[in-house]
Amino acid sequence: MNLDFIIGILEIILIATTPLVFAAIGELVTEKSGVLNLGVEGMMLVGAVSAFVTLVISGSYFLAFLISIFSGVLMSGFFAILVLYLMTNQIATGLALTIFGIGLSSMIGKKYIGTPIDGLSPWFFVIISFVIVFIISYFFYKTKSGLILRAVGESHNAAHALGYNVIKVRFIAIIFGGSMCALAGSYISICYAPMWQEGMTAERGWIALAIVVFSTWKPERVLIGAYIFGGVTILQMNLQALGIRIPGQFFNMAPYVATIIVLVFISSNKLRIKLSAPASLTIPFFKGK
Amino acid sequence: MNLLSPSIVPRTQISSYVNFLVPLIAIILTLLTGSLIFSLLGFNPIHSLYTFFISPISSLYGFSELLVKATPLALIAIGLSYCFKNNIYNIGAEGQLIMGAIFGGGVAIYFYNVEGFWLLPLMLLAGVIGGSLWALIPALLKTKFNTNEILTSLMLVYVATFILDYLVVGPWKDPSGFSYPKSRPFNESARMPELFDGLRVHFGLIITLFLVFISWFIFSKTIFGFQLKVSGLSIKAARFAGFNQNKLIISAFIICGGFAGLAGLGEVSGPIGLLYRDISPNYGFTAIIVAFLGRLHPVGIIFSSLIIALTYLGAEDAQVFLQIPSAVGFIFQGLVLFYLLGAELLVNYKIQFGKIS
Repeated sequence: MNLDFIIGILEIILIATTPLVFAAIGELVTEKSGVLNLGVEGMMLVGAVSAFVTLVISGSYFLAFLISIFSGVLMSGFFAILVLYLMTNQIATGLALTIFGIGLSSMIGKKYIGTPIDGLSPWFFVIISFVIVFIISYFFYKTKSGLILRAVGESHNAAHALGYNVIKVRFIAIIFGGSMCALAGSYISICYAPMWQEGMTAERGWIALAIVVFSTWKPERVLIGAYIFGGVTILQMNLQALGIRIPGQFFNMAPYVATIIVLVFISSNKLRIKLSAPASLTIPFFKGK
Repeated sequence: MNLLSPSIVPRTQISSYVNFLVPLIAIILTLLTGSLIFSLLGFNPIHSLYTFFISPISSLYGFSELLVKATPLALIAIGLSYCFKNNIYNIGAEGQLIMGAIFGGGVAIYFYNVEGFWLLPLMLLAGVIGGSLWALIPALLKTKFNTNEILTSLMLVYVATFILDYLVVGPWKDPSGFSYPKSRPFNESARMPELFDGLRVHFGLIITLFLVFISWFIFSKTIFGFQLKVSGLSIKAARFAGFNQNKLIISAFIICGGFAGLAGLGEVSGPIGLLYRDISPNYGFTAIIVAFLGRLHPVGIIFSSLIIALTYLGAEDAQVFLQIPSAVGFIFQGLVLFYLLGAELLVNYKIQFGKIS
């Protein structure tokens, strides 16, 4: 094992983990406002396909990312209208969004399977992913708007009584989450693996959800969680190459097992769960009550 | 002020007609949106909808295929209603299905060269145990540590997926299966008997109908069903009445997991006949839609399982005849759930014009 080999692996880990960071930080903002959106995987897929198709048609990378983010805004906006105004069950609506997104992305992308494109260098986005995490961290703990968003997630009734517009705050948080998920998807189809394939996000959306829990809803820990989970997957492939015979599936299930352990750890103590999870998560807000 | 602006007011009494109306509205809106999507993509909407929803079941074989797909959906959905009635969000039925298939299928693989009438019952038992054990994990974590069951049951789906993947690539791989990751084919006595010659509809359908009937009895005629319902409606009322909440949570999870495990075993010992990676096209998740569409009522679930099974069948036909990817079925499934949840507003709230009284 020489230095080049290690640097090579580190590069791959950075490139492979970036979409997890985007999706997880987006979902974290949504959950901090008190809304659980299980549609991450669906929004990532639609984001990936819309970026790819736009790039093939227009040839413009800028337009591709723009349209992709717009698709995320549309998908999450639809989710927001359902859960905020029609007060639908967040868990079922989120699952419906993922199921719908899987179908929609396959349908849109049908003609484009196997179309070659020139991939874009990922490094700009790798840097952006770190920047976004630090901006969100600053926003949460150093700005008034961040405090309001957290207050809405902790107790919507108290935030409402103080005169803050709960629905508006949550709407913006959901839209931000959706655009980040779409960005993660477009990064996958344009930078990470420049192509389109049905279901190509390969369940990264669910890992992103796991990362949010693993990081106990703290932005800077999203980086730690994402790089542990992303690193494990890449290391597993390289361990196989080095002839170390531990079945890869056990590495792949590690993020999910680790998340369950973290969940049990934080929820076994009332104070700890209070300090970690947003208290109003999944509880709908109804003004008339 | 604002005398004529509409406002949303909770209903004090839930009218019974909305229970039928809401799924109906959802289905009609889904069909309308579906035809809009088809015409946007340049297909004749009437012809497409016919290909999707009518032609797949216009033959006896097609109808049997509908029942093959509706069987696991109805079985899982009726299991889920034990949880959902009690406001427990077990969304990990897919993992419980896979575990049932692993346990039951494991029995078939262990006795691959032994035939006997006892083999299938043993597999059924193992399937139920596998699913229940997997569901017991989020149940115990919830009751002992107050851990959120939504996230744990979801995470366990992917753990189960990788366990199955490990088994069919590794220890349970068919020695004569070349490099394809699948197990040995099950022997004849490890297979669900087919109900009619030449049709794939199998004995699992009878088991499902029986369990749906039993569940109807439990929901409407027993104290356990009553307790589930009460603690789902109001946890405070349930506590006041002295119901043991932890016992209810654990029983609901075990029943749901057992049913899902049975559904998984039914798939691998029925139409599939061996273990491999993709034993379930998301049945465990889709069954959540079935449960909601059927409004957690046994009769409703039978109808909704047939409707959702049709989206799977129609998608397969659409792929062959319209060259549309079969994942399009998921568009319809997603849409129906969206509309259903949206229309649910009419059940719990009413729209009132004028002042809130």
